[in-house]
Amino acid sequence: MSLRTEEMTLNMGPQHPSTHGVLRFVIKADGEVMREAIPDVGYLHRSIEKIAEKVGYHGFMPYTDRVDYVCAMFTNQGWGMASERLGGIEVPKRGEYCRVISAEFNRIASHLLSVGTMGMDIGAMTPFTHAIREREMINDLIEELCGARLTFNYMRIGGVAWDLPPGWREKALAYLDHFDPILEEYNSLISYNKIYIERLANVGVISTAEAIDYNLVGPNLRGSGFKWDIRKDIPYSVYPEFDFDIPIGKGEFGTLGDAMDRYMVRIREMHESSKILRQALSQIPDGPVLAKVPRNFKPKAGECQIRVESARGDMGWYAVSDGSAYPWRVHVRTGSFAAMGIINKLSRGLMIADLVTLIASLDVIAPEIDR
Amino acid sequence: MDVLATYQRVKGQFGDKVLEINEKAHDPFAVVEPSAIVEICRFLRDDPETAMNCLSSEIGVDYKDRIEVVYELYSYPKRFGVTLKVKLPRDNPVVATMETVWSSANWMEREIFDLIGVTFEGHSDLRRILMPEDWPGHPQRKDFVEPMEYHGISTVRESPIIRLEAKK
Repeated sequence: MSLRTEEMTLNMGPQHPSTHGVLRFVIKADGEVMREAIPDVGYLHRSIEKIAEKVGYHGFMPYTDRVDYVCAMFTNQGWGMASERLGGIEVPKRGEYCRVISAEFNRIASHLLSVGTMGMDIGAMTPFTHAIREREMINDLIEELCGARLTFNYMRIGGVAWDLPPGWREKALAYLDHFDPILEEYNSLISYNKIYIERLANVGVISTAEAIDYNLVGPNLRGSGFKWDIRKDIPYSVYPEFDFDIPIGKGEFGTLGDAMDRYMVRIREMHESSKILRQALSQIPDGPVLAKVPRNFKPKAGECQIRVESARGDMGWYAVSDGSAYPWRVHVRTGSFAAMGIINKLSRGLMIADLVTLIASLDVIAPEIDR
Repeated sequence: MDVLATYQRVKGQFGDKVLEINEKAHDPFAVVEPSAIVEICRFLRDDPETAMNCLSSEIGVDYKDRIEVVYELYSYPKRFGVTLKVKLPRDNPVVATMETVWSSANWMEREIFDLIGVTFEGHSDLRRILMPEDWPGHPQRKDFVEPMEYHGISTVRESPIIRLEAKK
């Protein structure tokens, strides 16, 4: 006996808890197997790039937090670097160190959220609470640094807003001492769990050539086995002074470039961030943290491109100045936007339950797609 | 091969299709003929000397008298990138799609179509991406005026402070 099947159209989102913000997918499925998942984005579009044209260079800094509220330090830094390049401003050494320290803490926090929600999305609630517990402590540290826990507005054009508070360095080092063994515990508890590996391995396989063709960046690109990190390959800030490795996917649990590879890259990157932080906290020089920048900041007419390695990969800032106090055009190219472009292709032939794994493994954040 | 040598190589290959090479900008760029952009990009991708295997950004900019589309190419094997630009008329900006060269162009061109209003000929799925399908105009244009309401929903509101004072 043969049963007749027909294509079914399903809606997922925009309020689905596992879509990481407000994403919507129109799924065309035959039973449990998807023929296509069409992403529908734009629910979180606040036209941040247009706002930049109205509020000026200094005034835009708090808005950059909202481009990606999970790792706002990098959007801060990207905008700061773009403005500094246009205006020819040099950031003092200690300011650069403060930037690196806050940004690397933020990278750990962002990756913790990513690996935590990864577990939650595939049905394991406990890993999320474990990851969030560690992330809370980083939020506390950053709160002490700049007064905010999520939308930091810590950096300024020419450096950072405040120096490290007294005693903060010791607290940060104590946290790292606590964090490194926790990561091992997290691995033995979750990462090497058989059910977890079964759900992640061989799902959403992206080849290296495909990843480059679709302009995937950061952990998604490295998960496909391609060693590329802006911090190492197009160095900025004081990153050349630190010794750290770039973890890449090796296909150790399944195929090279699957969801498990991207997940493991994030786990290992947290180790590397911890390494950078220890070096930065011990090497930090004395001096000012903020360069003298005129309040009425008017860079010369021109345009520039900036690349920053955010937690979601190479974030490209493009800024055009017309010589006035307001930027003529600002554009942010983000990792999540590129990652969303490949979902339609990867979804063909995937199970509906695996779509959730795929989205979580690409670590897309809705505000970063829509801006 | 570096950035400036690449522009010279393109000029040698395509001659007067390259309109301008700006070497003094923060990031040197070349302005090319819109009709030749796909051909030039394909040349840069396939030429083993440049091997631009990634289109890392495609950006639309409205300059009031013209619209520019900026292509940021990157070569992972050769570790450098180049910037190409096309200048389009503001009243009817049309350029061929880059989707046939790099897949990443698909979404970036949809964004430019949506926010700046450039039509990409030959694009497989040219729909609005961030704004609603029936939104009037292109918000990133300099002369865009936000409508006062959308489907009966007001896009402006009275300041809550004024409302408080009215209660007194």
